[in-house]
Amino acid sequence: MTKITEMPESIMGEGYQLTTIDKAIGLARANSIWPLPFATSCCGIEFMATMGTHYDLARFGMERLSFSPRQADLLMVMGTIAKKMGPILKQVYTQMAEPKWVIAVGACASSGGIFDTYSVLQGIDKVIPVDVYVPGCPPRPEQIIDGIMKIQELVKNEPIRRRNSPEYQHLLDKYQIG
Amino acid sequence: MQVQSYFSSLDNLDGELATLNLGPTHPATHGIFQNVLKLDGERIMHAEPTIGYIHRAFEKLAEHRPYAQITPITDRLNYCSSPINNMGWHMTVEKLIGCELPKRAQYMRVIIMELSRIADHLVCDAVIGVDTGALTGFTYMFQERELIYELFEEVCGSRLTTNIGRIGGMERDFSPVFHQKLKKFLAEFPARFEEFASLLERNRIFMDRTIGAGPITAERALEYGFTGPNLRAAGLDYDVRVMTPYSSYEDFEFDIPIGINGDTYDRFMVRQEEIRQSLRIIHQAYDNLPAGPYHADVPDFYLPEKPDVYTKMEALIYHFKVVMGEMPVPVGEVYHCVEGGNGELGFYLVSDGGRTPYRLQFRRPCFIYYQAYPEMIKGSMLSDAILTMSSMNVIAGELDA
Amino acid sequence: MTITNDTLFPAIERQFPGQVISHGETYGMVSLETTREHIIPLLRFLKESPELQVNFLTNLGAIHYPLNVGKELGIVYHLHSFAHNLRFRVKVFFPIDDPHFPTATVLWPAANWMERQEYDFFGVIFDGHPDLRRILNVDDMEVFPMRKEYRLEDGTRTDKDDRFFGREGHEGQEFD
Repeated sequence: MTKITEMPESIMGEGYQLTTIDKAIGLARANSIWPLPFATSCCGIEFMATMGTHYDLARFGMERLSFSPRQADLLMVMGTIAKKMGPILKQVYTQMAEPKWVIAVGACASSGGIFDTYSVLQGIDKVIPVDVYVPGCPPRPEQIIDGIMKIQELVKNEPIRRRNSPEYQHLLDKYQIG
Repeated sequence: MQVQSYFSSLDNLDGELATLNLGPTHPATHGIFQNVLKLDGERIMHAEPTIGYIHRAFEKLAEHRPYAQITPITDRLNYCSSPINNMGWHMTVEKLIGCELPKRAQYMRVIIMELSRIADHLVCDAVIGVDTGALTGFTYMFQERELIYELFEEVCGSRLTTNIGRIGGMERDFSPVFHQKLKKFLAEFPARFEEFASLLERNRIFMDRTIGAGPITAERALEYGFTGPNLRAAGLDYDVRVMTPYSSYEDFEFDIPIGINGDTYDRFMVRQEEIRQSLRIIHQAYDNLPAGPYHADVPDFYLPEKPDVYTKMEALIYHFKVVMGEMPVPVGEVYHCVEGGNGELGFYLVSDGGRTPYRLQFRRPCFIYYQAYPEMIKGSMLSDAILTMSSMNVIAGELDA
Repeated sequence: MTITNDTLFPAIERQFPGQVISHGETYGMVSLETTREHIIPLLRFLKESPELQVNFLTNLGAIHYPLNVGKELGIVYHLHSFAHNLRFRVKVFFPIDDPHFPTATVLWPAANWMERQEYDFFGVIFDGHPDLRRILNVDDMEVFPMRKEYRLEDGTRTDKDDRFFGREGHEGQEFD
């Protein structure tokens, strides 16, 4: 028997197991994230390596890449986002259903990177909220995997009512996302 | 602005033509390319490509960076084969300052460049397989690419955006681990590659799918400024490595594979054969790797040895000058081109003697040949159009500069 | 007869006496210069001449010299004759107040996007171009960013403080 995942903290006895709904749902969500790869440039090639056999992203319950935003849980922005691309990125984000998470892979997505130029968006957090930033130009697959594990941590520990809270609404309002 | 592909107006479906917006983020297009297609059923009548979705202003950026700092920008042109871009740029500057490299450095460059050509073509051919529905080859070939990445890491410490080598030669000599890994790669890769080739090259389904998809004639390809594997697939044996040899390519014996129809199958086969020829070149260069220094004697451009910087005044001064970009550069203009993964990658450098180029223009092969795409897919099926795009190996970084 | 760097200019000058000047050979490549009026006839001659067979447009780029009054903008063609394996460049300079230039798309369809790019970067208006729009930048951009007076960075960005990048008060390059 291989251990699949950590059991949530629970009270157990003969024939029953009690835990909080937050933990149960968090466990399920964290291990079945469907990512939407939004790969624009160099980091996309490293993502291809990450999802390839060598680094095997499928180990994290990410067997299925969701190319449709409607079914995706995690938006992985990999590569430079130019100003021309900004509105499209925002549209993809708004098309995703809650709950959703965003990971900015690479220096360009996080801050514009070396491209402090007139045509490049200086970080995707100018248009959408970001949960995890992965540094590197491009980050190695190990770093991308580390970022994904950080996302899993966030997903696992997210209170179930977070998305209904006024704080979250305030965050979305800041980005003018309905 | 629409994101997903869908029929933008249902009214048109009852008529004859439908408009389909493909891209800029679409699972079938690798990278961000937008095409607004006019469709008759599934047949493409007209395509209108839009590019520039990752325009990063390379040329403006290059005007604000000292020569040595432009190498990292070139990494991000065609990021599937960064070392070729790096070395193309180094050779451009060397041409400007009149610097001749020792043979060993040239051969080392050839080994690295051919390795990256293999890595580049592997992505393209594996992805053609994926787009025809054969994912298996992709998973095999990405494991082989990891071996090439390990070799690059051994030389420069980085995998993808390598910044490999320096103006005036290589940054360091090949390490013992590199020799060991390269020998292992040369011994093991060909068999695995042939396994991949046997999955697709004579595969009846694959051939039916790709033969005749997205063809272009040699005349038309020339008029559209095609270079590289795409031009050779159309039947024209133009290769910069042979036409204007650089970095001692004239020392090596290799064939230029050409196709006949310029269709997806020919482009695939030309790349496959080029991988074999690259291996031939690497063998020749590695077996005859000359002894001697791995960089030229250009103290104005090449960083001095680190221990010297700490102990010798002169070395410290040169170190400072090189890092700060205070190098004496002649006034003039240079065009230098190398055979990149996608064709003739040119650098047009205009120097006014300052620390940064006055103007640096990149001749980006992708940008020039992608404009033929609407013509190539006209009248073909939508699924062939997807395949044609992946077989042209359009790399967004190179396309959008 | 093979055309070389030495015989190229005489072969052209026979056809265009006094209309093309040669700047000689630097770094293995001959540079020629002509004017807006003669550039398309010259390119057509080069392409169609059975002797020269300049069949390939390698590159087309613009360049901006703010100090060359009356000749601020330039277009540089890199041409390649496969038959003679000869590369050379042709330059044309013209004033920035009148940035009109004849299109080369009539000769090479490859010039289409190259010219759109130079329009996008430098604002060179290629007369007769089938579809002259911006290509890389957003359509509503108001400036031509590669001209020397415009700065590299986006001046409206808020996350980076120019003082920490040693660029305080840097507003493009100064020319006077």
